[in-house]
Amino acid sequence: MRVLRRLGPTVLAPVLAVVVAVVISALVMAALRVDPLRVFAVMVDFGDTPTQQMTAVVVVLNRAVPLFLAGLAVAVAFRMGLFNIGVEGQYRLATVMAAAVGAAVALPGPLHVLLIVVVAMAVAAIWAGIVAVLKVTRGVSEVISSIMLNFIALGIASFLLTGPFRGSPEGASIISTAEIPRSGWMPGLNGVFGLLGLADPPRQLYGFLLVAIVVGVGIAVLLGRTRFGFDLRATGLSPSAAQASGVDSRGMVVKTMLLSGAVAGLIGMPDLLGATHAYTTDFTSGLGFLGIAVALLGRNSPVGIALAALLFAFLDRALVPLQIAQYPASVITIIQGTIVLAVVVSNEVARRIALRSAERGGAAPAVAAATGDGSTGPGQTADGAAVGTGAGVGRTAGAGQQTTTDARQETGA
Amino acid sequence: MKANARVMAVLLAGSTALAACASDESSGGSSSGSGENGGDLQIGLAFDTGGEGDRSFNDAAVAGVDAAIKEHGGTVTKLSPNADASNRADLLTQLADQGFDPVIAVGFAYSEVIGDVAQQYPDVTFAQVDGHVADAGNPSNLTGLVFAEEQGSFLAGAAAALKTEANHVGFVGGVQTPLIQKFEAGYVAGAKAVKPDITVDVQYISPAGDFTGFNDPARAQIVAQGMYDGGADIVYHAAGGSGIGVFQAAAASDERAIGVDSDQYQTVDDPALKAVIMTSMLKRVDVAVDNFIGEYVDGNVTGGQDEVYDLARDGVGLATSGGQIDDIQTQLDDYEQQITSGQITVPTTP
Repeated sequence: MRVLRRLGPTVLAPVLAVVVAVVISALVMAALRVDPLRVFAVMVDFGDTPTQQMTAVVVVLNRAVPLFLAGLAVAVAFRMGLFNIGVEGQYRLATVMAAAVGAAVALPGPLHVLLIVVVAMAVAAIWAGIVAVLKVTRGVSEVISSIMLNFIALGIASFLLTGPFRGSPEGASIISTAEIPRSGWMPGLNGVFGLLGLADPPRQLYGFLLVAIVVGVGIAVLLGRTRFGFDLRATGLSPSAAQASGVDSRGMVVKTMLLSGAVAGLIGMPDLLGATHAYTTDFTSGLGFLGIAVALLGRNSPVGIALAALLFAFLDRALVPLQIAQYPASVITIIQGTIVLAVVVSNEVARRIALRSAERGGAAPAVAAATGDGSTGPGQTADGAAVGTGAGVGRTAGAGQQTTTDARQETGA
Repeated sequence: MKANARVMAVLLAGSTALAACASDESSGGSSSGSGENGGDLQIGLAFDTGGEGDRSFNDAAVAGVDAAIKEHGGTVTKLSPNADASNRADLLTQLADQGFDPVIAVGFAYSEVIGDVAQQYPDVTFAQVDGHVADAGNPSNLTGLVFAEEQGSFLAGAAAALKTEANHVGFVGGVQTPLIQKFEAGYVAGAKAVKPDITVDVQYISPAGDFTGFNDPARAQIVAQGMYDGGADIVYHAAGGSGIGVFQAAAASDERAIGVDSDQYQTVDDPALKAVIMTSMLKRVDVAVDNFIGEYVDGNVTGGQDEVYDLARDGVGLATSGGQIDDIQTQLDDYEQQITSGQITVPTTP
């Protein structure tokens, strides 16, 4: 019971959101005289043959990897109370630069890939850094500046693609950068299927999946287990309190945005290294904005974001079979939209439940025992810690775990 | 104050995220074809972003398929891509995998993926509207259905130049891609052929790589309004779904506009907007698709090459609904004759 109460708000909110979204979508479908049960059956049907099923799994995973990275990039900033809306521009600019650099050099395999990835991370981090510098020096809201920088980034990316980085012949209908030589490609992971005794689908599973997992674990450890992570979350809760207890909050803004940007730079890498090998006029766009939804649904915890990314990828895959089965594809759009809305609402509901149970249980800080990465802690004493003075934040390292909840609630508020 | 700012920020973030979710994929539903007699013909149609119901390009393809089904029987399954169109390859693979034949992809954006899919399914016949087989690596089972947009646009430019009273016309492009630049090149050449000293404003709604320009009437209206305010009295648009904004700007300025792809005088509902549409540059996607399916049924598809629909084949041309260009028809016919006979070679790049 106690475990349930502790985990309650954390798990409850996203699950509730998904359930509400499914119910609303079912009602909409019923109103449109479409049988919701059969639609859901089509959505979970991955095909008849093992090869078809594995292809579907690969499609979902390949889509989930960039979504996960996008969610992570947004979440890192969210945890500190910063809204990095600029992820979109950061990854597009990073990908075009990385593609151009990758095509221009020839290096032995792993080094070549590493160079491309490092360039992407650096470019995106610098672009995000502009937002941070504007914020700490001039007090410009990061929401406004990052949105504006999106437009500039897209413009620059377009200029670079059509101008200096153009690699496609004149008159080709799709403009692209020069192709990255083979040493800069990242091999797929399909060999793993053979080892596990599964069918080998024609589609390649992105090797970048492994990198994404490493990055996810790294971010979880960084946020939950390090001094930097604690400072980040504390600053997110109360910049003044954090500053009073010795955290350089301006420095934290810059560092956090650089980190968020560096992760954002990775978003385009799965596609670039695993499939397209060039940046083109129709390179996948909009992932930065989808990342905001994914981060919201995952409540800014790496595990939650991974699950949210898988859910969005699963919904996305269902588009094609639904249309082949003559069902409206807008069902998926409705579900995705209602999930985002429901998450925002249910986060607030969960916060109130947590607050009420805290009031009932009295101000017992012990109840707020920390969980794993600190991102899934309950909210019982959250307000107490946040309202507290600098001493309140600095008292114990453990307090950090309590405070994170508040950060999440604020983002969801 | 601080809390307020935060709430605002969250709302902003949320709405952006929602917008990202809810974007383009408008009425991307699919419906079963009208093939009552259920012939063996199972046509697979894969749309570009915008999907069915755009009253323009995608709908023209549907009209072609419907006409073909009426004649030959059969059914059609229509697929729209996801919001960011990252699953184009999946659409084609699924269609080929499920036994649809022929499979028709609508839009040049399929060039990148259709080559691979065509090679994976050598027994399936593919066609791509607006796509050159050379861009897809010349697979032998792919036919490119391409149009001489520059020729039709030349006539549109000539019509604008003959009709302008300000000696000043404009062009609004959706996205600055090579395809839309063909429209621009033809239009400017046509206008200059009539009046060498004419001023032609050219502006694109979004740069290459940002496809929002095809679906953003508000920005199209701002761009076109700027041209009318700057002295232009006729503006031609090649901006897909954004074009309605150009008509709105024309109506607001009491000037005229030229539509694109389909006969927009017929497809626009608002009578106030109808009145400003002087003519439209027709791009007969429907004819091309219908012809292709007919050839497939008769077993006459060669494959591995482009079929060019130009002025000589009536693949492009000007619409006459509304009667606003009736008085200059003889001059336009003259230009058309000069193009088809080769006396005038219309440039394809600006």
